Amino acid sequence: MNVAVLVKQIPDPELLPALDPDTFRMVRGSGFVIDDADRYGVEVALSLRDASGGGEVTAVSMTPGGETGGLRAALAMGVDKALVVSDTELAGTDALSTAKVLAAALARVAPDLVIAATESTDGYTGTVPVQIAELLGWPSISYATTVACVDELVSATRQTDAGTEDVECPLPVVVSVTAGIVEPRYPSMRGIMSAKSKPIATLSVADLGIDSGAVGAIGARQAVISATVAPPRAGGVIVVDEGDAHEHIIELLAELRLI
Amino acid sequence: MANVLLSRILVLLEPSGDERIIASSSAELLSGARQFAAVVDACSWNGSALAATAGRYGARRLLSVQVAEGELPEPVAARALAAAIWADPPDAILVPHTNRGRDVAARLSVLLDSPVLTNVVGLEMSDEGPVSLHAVFGGETVVRARFTGAGPGLFLVRPKTFAAVDEEGAGKAELVNLETGDATGTDRVRVVSRHVPQADAIALDDAAVVVSGGRGLGSADNYALVEELAALLHAASGASRAIVDAGWVSYSHQVGQTGKVVKPDLYIAVGISGALQHRVGMKDSKHIVAINSDPDAPIFSIADLGIVGDATKVLPRLIAAIQSR
Repeated sequence: MNVAVLVKQIPDPELLPALDPDTFRMVRGSGFVIDDADRYGVEVALSLRDASGGGEVTAVSMTPGGETGGLRAALAMGVDKALVVSDTELAGTDALSTAKVLAAALARVAPDLVIAATESTDGYTGTVPVQIAELLGWPSISYATTVACVDELVSATRQTDAGTEDVECPLPVVVSVTAGIVEPRYPSMRGIMSAKSKPIATLSVADLGIDSGAVGAIGARQAVISATVAPPRAGGVIVVDEGDAHEHIIELLAELRLI
Repeated sequence: MANVLLSRILVLLEPSGDERIIASSSAELLSGARQFAAVVDACSWNGSALAATAGRYGARRLLSVQVAEGELPEPVAARALAAAIWADPPDAILVPHTNRGRDVAARLSVLLDSPVLTNVVGLEMSDEGPVSLHAVFGGETVVRARFTGAGPGLFLVRPKTFAAVDEEGAGKAELVNLETGDATGTDRVRVVSRHVPQADAIALDDAAVVVSGGRGLGSADNYALVEELAALLHAASGASRAIVDAGWVSYSHQVGQTGKVVKPDLYIAVGISGALQHRVGMKDSKHIVAINSDPDAPIFSIADLGIVGDATKVLPRLIAAIQSR
């Protein structure tokens, strides 16, 4: 089975992001890594490929700056090849246009199944996987906590606000998975070495037949008009426990008339 | 900021777990929409049971599409909603930021070719239309945004943004049945079974006190300490994403960006470091107590009372002290 997995390359979250005071865009540092949420998607994609007894996993990504660090991490985990839409015009692209670019790229890959994380760690709009499904005219299973595929029938358990539901769907389908669904494998030394020689195909926005006016900040039909720092919460009392710190909590509970 | 009133807002409603009334996040959204528009209409699926509560929270009409047993409502609802919007465009569309709501909004945005403003935590009106507020970086920065394209804006609004106001005496919403559109293959998912856990005595969303546990508890067994303290305080028990992902407790307990948003009078975070994704779900609690062994844990920056210590040692002493009173 051929599986495509969406991979977002994000600035290292260990380095705190900031907003540009003039454009209100996220200022991204150097050093791009694979979004931690996507390591779960990669693991699911690899497991499904292996369980099906053949086929390839293709990582699909887009970037305004030509970054490939996150894709190399996916390749090192065992992904077979990667396709990246790389174009400076993509800077400032909104979620719907992101979905349009990725859907066009996925149409080139023509997979049986698309796996994505539920939401990115830095943008967390959480709409892109299902927008892609709608653009492709495909069904979608979101918030999946388990995924299996037997005889071209995907079965999954998904989280709903009220509980869970067990669902089934014939291929092709877009599945977004939650973190914790599986334990992402660590790349082996051999995986890291072989990732260097695995192919990463690059396309531009124009290559996909998408009008450059439809992407980036120009194509975004939503605008940030201000960014203000919220007043911080007044600093509280910090007590180091030496065997009696619970008494401070008792005091507060009594004050609030809870005990 | 001019106080401009819109003519009509359309709100997506979801049924609650037992499918007899609308979900609390939907009731909040109806009440919120009432502040900004002369008329609020609602849209949902299998709505005959929902018309009464939809009316009580301010909906004039309830547009409803039929979803068959075993069918996933999201793609069907998105199509019906799109057709209703084309037939009679509202000034804005509000959708609850829940798992189903997000999927409906995502499909709807493609059908309308309109972007979605997500994670909305407040709305304001301006001369140029609605302006949405978004908390970024865990709420440390508030961003204001608006649509610049044509057509009504589509907003995904986080739970607890507005207070639900029960307009007692208001009649049922007028039920209008919508045609089921051609879902063009997007509706091939079949629901085999649904599992709604036995509702806890105290619902997380509405609890006045919430006690939540995280990885600092050390093991799944120690979550019993959180439940014991919660029982003593008549509180709901919550959890960080980390321990839900680890399988210690069910997703229905998860507080945070991808879980429930809570605003209790008192929030006690036990062994929770306070990652951004957790703080988003509880930072607006009136009082916050945190117990964590790491003095640098970000949860302490928003705690009114922070205890630096081993949660598994502090909690038994706290429980014993409450019991002895």
